[in-house]
Amino acid sequence: MFSSEDFNEEFCIGNLKHFLPSQGPLKDFIHHNTLHAFQNKPFHQGLTEAAQIFGYKVYLSLEEFQNLFEKREISDVILNQKIDAFNADNLYGISFTKQQLLNAKSSDNDKPRLGKLRSFWKSNYKIDLDALVHPTLFRIIGSYLDQGVAIWNFPHNTEGLISSIKELEKNSWSSFFRTDEVKSILISGNYSLQSLLYQLVGDQTLFEQYLFDQQFAHPGWSGIVAVLSDNPNALVDRRPVKLEDLIMLELLMELDALIDHFGHVWAPLSVKLTEKPTALFDDVKPSPSQMMQMIWQEAYEWSYYDAVLNGIEQSALEIQKKEHSFQAVFCIDDRECSLRRYIEMDDPDCQTFGTAGFFNVEFFFQPENGKMHSKVCPAPITPKYLIKELKSTKSVQKDIHFGKSSHGLFIGWLLTHTVGFWSAIKLILSVFKPSQNEASVSSFQHMDENSELTIENIDNERTEDGLQVGYTVVEMADRMEGLLRSIGLTDNFAPLIYFVGHGSSSVNNTHYAGYDCGACSGRPGSVNARVIAYIGNHKAVRNILKERGLIIPDSTQFVGALHDTSRDEVKFFDVNVLHEKNSEKHAKNETHYKNALTNNAWERSRRFISVNTQKPKKLVHRDVKKRTVSLFEPRPELNHATNTLCIVGRRSLTDHLFLDRRSFLNSYDCTTDPEGKHLLGILNAVAPVCGGINLEYYFSRTDNQQLGAGTKLPHNVMGLIGVANGADGDLRTGLPSQMIEVHDPLRLLVIVEHEPKVVENTIKINPSTFEWFINEWVRLCVVHPITKEIWVYRKGIFEPYKTTTDRIDSGNNLNEIIQTVHENIPIQIIKN
Amino acid sequence: MEHFLQGFVLLPAFAFVISLLIPKHREIALSRVSFIVVGIQLIGVLVFTFLWIMNGFNHIDFKEFSIFKGKEYDFYIDFYVDSISLVYLLIGAVLTFVITRFSQYYLHREDGYKRFFNTIMLFYLGYNIIIVSGNVETLFIGWELLGVSSFLLIAFYRNRYLPVKNAVKIFSIYRIGDVGIIMAMWLSHHLWHENISFLKLNNYELVHHQLVHHSFLGITISLMFFISAAAKSAQFPFSSWLPRAMEGPTPSSAIFYGSLSVHVGAFLLLRTYPFWEQQVSFRIFIVIVGIVTAIIATLSARVQSTVKSQIAYSSIAQIGLIFIEIALGLKALALIHIAGNAFLRTYQLLVSPSVVSYKIRQQFYNFIPRKKTIEDTWPKRFEYTFYMLSLKEWNLDSFMYRRLWNPLKKLGATWSFLTFKNVYLFFLIVFVLGLFLTFNTGLIPEYLLPAMPIIYALLGLLLVIKAFTERNSVRLSWSLIIVNHLCIALAISFNQHFELSHYIWYLSGVVLCGGFGYFLIQRLRGQEKWVSLDRFYGHVYEHPKIALGFLIACLGVAGFPITPTFIGEDLIFSHIKESQVLLALLIAMSLIINGLAAIRIYSRIFLGPHVKTYHESAKRSS
Repeated sequence: MFSSEDFNEEFCIGNLKHFLPSQGPLKDFIHHNTLHAFQNKPFHQGLTEAAQIFGYKVYLSLEEFQNLFEKREISDVILNQKIDAFNADNLYGISFTKQQLLNAKSSDNDKPRLGKLRSFWKSNYKIDLDALVHPTLFRIIGSYLDQGVAIWNFPHNTEGLISSIKELEKNSWSSFFRTDEVKSILISGNYSLQSLLYQLVGDQTLFEQYLFDQQFAHPGWSGIVAVLSDNPNALVDRRPVKLEDLIMLELLMELDALIDHFGHVWAPLSVKLTEKPTALFDDVKPSPSQMMQMIWQEAYEWSYYDAVLNGIEQSALEIQKKEHSFQAVFCIDDRECSLRRYIEMDDPDCQTFGTAGFFNVEFFFQPENGKMHSKVCPAPITPKYLIKELKSTKSVQKDIHFGKSSHGLFIGWLLTHTVGFWSAIKLILSVFKPSQNEASVSSFQHMDENSELTIENIDNERTEDGLQVGYTVVEMADRMEGLLRSIGLTDNFAPLIYFVGHGSSSVNNTHYAGYDCGACSGRPGSVNARVIAYIGNHKAVRNILKERGLIIPDSTQFVGALHDTSRDEVKFFDVNVLHEKNSEKHAKNETHYKNALTNNAWERSRRFISVNTQKPKKLVHRDVKKRTVSLFEPRPELNHATNTLCIVGRRSLTDHLFLDRRSFLNSYDCTTDPEGKHLLGILNAVAPVCGGINLEYYFSRTDNQQLGAGTKLPHNVMGLIGVANGADGDLRTGLPSQMIEVHDPLRLLVIVEHEPKVVENTIKINPSTFEWFINEWVRLCVVHPITKEIWVYRKGIFEPYKTTTDRIDSGNNLNEIIQTVHENIPIQIIKN
Repeated sequence: MEHFLQGFVLLPAFAFVISLLIPKHREIALSRVSFIVVGIQLIGVLVFTFLWIMNGFNHIDFKEFSIFKGKEYDFYIDFYVDSISLVYLLIGAVLTFVITRFSQYYLHREDGYKRFFNTIMLFYLGYNIIIVSGNVETLFIGWELLGVSSFLLIAFYRNRYLPVKNAVKIFSIYRIGDVGIIMAMWLSHHLWHENISFLKLNNYELVHHQLVHHSFLGITISLMFFISAAAKSAQFPFSSWLPRAMEGPTPSSAIFYGSLSVHVGAFLLLRTYPFWEQQVSFRIFIVIVGIVTAIIATLSARVQSTVKSQIAYSSIAQIGLIFIEIALGLKALALIHIAGNAFLRTYQLLVSPSVVSYKIRQQFYNFIPRKKTIEDTWPKRFEYTFYMLSLKEWNLDSFMYRRLWNPLKKLGATWSFLTFKNVYLFFLIVFVLGLFLTFNTGLIPEYLLPAMPIIYALLGLLLVIKAFTERNSVRLSWSLIIVNHLCIALAISFNQHFELSHYIWYLSGVVLCGGFGYFLIQRLRGQEKWVSLDRFYGHVYEHPKIALGFLIACLGVAGFPITPTFIGEDLIFSHIKESQVLLALLIAMSLIINGLAAIRIYSRIFLGPHVKTYHESAKRSS
């Protein structure tokens, strides 16, 4: 009877893991495509499935689109184009008129397939299993995984969740179950996933659907368990756990609730089923209103893209290289887009670059006294190197308000009589005079600037925890060469070259890791910047580079730095190694940075209602800084909100444009890389990192309740691994509404400066990168370096593209616009 | 000096009204009004405290005016201030001042910005009324305001399932507390033959004299006060509601459930202290409950894996100790403890999101895998049993369901033959019969006469249980609530001759609000396909005005202090004789369930995830 021909347990678990949210614990918040499970389908097809199977909102609503059309953010010409294109494609045998699109209303008919099967418990049996099972289940799993909130931990053993519970049940007068029967089933171990499903569901063709319904009733907890079953190292305090365990526990608890309610007189779910609900993964066809949303989405995206491409068309040819006062390499991050503009404005002789902010040095970092190491490079890379901090003088501050003593009965009694009044003072100060305190997160804390780093592997063999401590000289040279060639900085070295990593400061922010550098696995990029600068200044490295044709003059020196994106402050590292001449130059450059940072803070402030942008810029900057230490400020910065572009090319492509901080900028010189060798590396990172950020913002925006975390104001921290609303809710994944409310859900447009042929060959090399482009989860354009012709990658071919925008604005008074406009500012030309 | 007291109540009332009038999108105006008014209040309280100290710490009593005056019955508003009130006034003003400032920024762009400030001001008004009240009647007005503003703030995120469910759950516990006060008021009438003020309770001779002669009554009154206090302060066995109340924005959870609201129960104990001071057995009882609460809550706090519930349980444990201190007569110590606990927990809740970065940083440098705790030294079976019990919060949450609500549901289900149509018929017959009999009591056999009020009160109770458990018809449920009030009125009319004016006081609000509510239900039914009680419908999304109107109607029929019914309820009780404990209990039960049924209807129709799929809605579990 237990033949498993139809139901394949392993396959089913794998399938569940594939579709569940794959967000890890809060400390390693890494942006990714929320709907990654559908990425093997073309974008619109994948979205249709996500919507119809899981009930996610994947586009803006028809009303929102119509509103955008009225506000002229969707162009009439392009809407017509997109309607025509849709009708011409005739994929679904329906065509639409413009009038239909303009008048359509959201319909109430799109009920998802998910949840239908399990809803029969309620309709046929009049029993609310979720209400009976969830509170205890969440409590158990939350306490089991807890990383340090509880004082008295779950008495777990090393064999896993079920085994720990069994141990508890065996040695206790109390029980998590209502009935002795299920308790003894658990203790006897006489059950399997299948046997439980037979008891509960009956028909094995429904097993998989049942488990989807069950687990997707709490995707947050199931998701974190799924992540941890494949990657147990994600927890500091290890807790072996498997998704199967959680499912088994939930099935047992359901059985328990049913027996408690009905005794033994009840039939499995499938018996009372009059009609089988549609199988989850049967073919899906979009509804008319979804088709209209597709057309609107395309029109919305291209209305913006078209203007950008028009601006790019008008870019000047790269001018002959000249001497630069200094060069600065920033992270590709969209938040650095405006800072670079202001630095170039303050010192027109400088030159700036953008690249992934780990600066091609991948390693684990271990701060002095740190008990573990943290990865500081893109998430998919597993480094073999360890860099340790030595001679740090920094100490970790403590705050009694977070300690466990205030939760004790007698110590708590003492503390309320004493510390309680200190709290009152802190409370008042924190509201009326916010300042840095023990609760805040500062990017500069990541590393002590006066410490030493073990960058160079001296005794060649030295390893720790299987990691090589530091790089050998050759390894250092490899990384430096790779970095310089990929950004096209191969000659004309300025006397000072800065590597500027970035991080962010905030307080009361559970998602703080999502504010730091994405290319450093959600940590500040300070160590990386310091390491790459050290490598650049290394004599032996330079000799090797010279042999390889990269001649860096002795007068050139490298400096690492960290830009705090929420405070707009910069700290430079190891400036004591500079020659006297460079020291002087550096002092001068520091003023340029300072001015640029103030300008940048001022430009950012236009989105903050609580900051008056009309005030003198210095005061505005002060107000912006204050936000990062204010307990009551849920938006220390807006992070990647509004990101839509990624430009891979020389700065001349964009330096005449105002991109409104919406673009990732990756420097790349196609003239030094005719075959696209370095382009491959760039695109391999751009697609998952920038594309992941973009789509996480996209989906958190279109469905903030199911794919995002909802408003962060009621969030309650669960075991340091996630947040939930209230005391007994499911974990919320995705981004809180405060991070995405100003975001426009547009796909990322990657613009590469090269020949289309080369780009086409390059993207096909790596299948996982190719998937992003061929399925159009990010859009790809190529612009010719000389003729400025544009091609769009559509359905696997590069089609020539003619922009329809007449000519984007130029000559506006940008200062005035920044002071008065809160919303997105259209792309425009700022210099000719 | 008296004018200060009026000001302490009028100022928040003024802010509340003004905040209702300001349009939704004017964030700055909304927060500024609250901020300025609470600021003035804070200054007022400080000045008042100074004057009070100068005047030599004399308490102040001030009879404001009578709302209703009968032969033996005088419902009057009375203010009273002593050191206890002052401490509470100060804590309240400081924390509300800070929190309004905090929320001005924190809630920026949040849906319901206006609602939040409205509710905070309503809450603050209720809090102040309680604190400066001079008699139980006045206190009860504030008590009710506090209850309803709590409900609204817990259900602040009203389009999610859990906040609404928890709000109703907590409302039901508050309701138990309310009835404790109603019963205490009823018994007090019989004890004192007047509505006694707190001032008189300070008269040792007077209290002593009464209690010697009515010791059972005295103990019962004390117990009733205690039930109210324990429910409000989340003491055993009510503790489990507090962590579940943390559904609103963090600052509101911080001042409500971290500080002000939970300490109101302790206030009630302090206020009634002179009354039960001489009842040693009662004081021992408080100490025992305090100890049980402190132990259970501390153990629960130790195992909580979520930050806010951990703070909630720690706070409950401290309040348990505060109860003990009060029972031991250590008033000054208790007041310091209350202030310290309120400030500490408020701050802890406000910085609770920071715990992630803070603890992870600490862990990074100081991690020790699997720290030993004191419990590891216990025998295994003890350790595990206690761990599991603590994790399950000592079954306190399921206790309420298993012992109270589930039996009610089963009882209600037996009345399933009632439909909207036949309930009218059925009721008409029974009611007309009853009405006829009240005027012709001679027809009733002598031995049945004392049973008549009980019969009708029981009928009323059963009907309202049906209203509470009805799963489909909104109209049926709503009508039964009204009918319940009529039954109560009828029951009392059998009891003794009841003046017509008393009926009018009692039923005017019910009839008015009942009719209004019925009209709104019909209106909604005209516009929406789905209006039923089998799930949450979330119609507030598309019909906010009807929802607001209906909420007011619900509060009206539930005897909330916005209609004369509020006083009517008290009047009704004054007609129940001291010996009719059963009758009083039945009517009290009716009133508990009545209010619950009304709020349940409101929640089911208007709150929760919207029934239409095109609105974004969160998973039920989130």
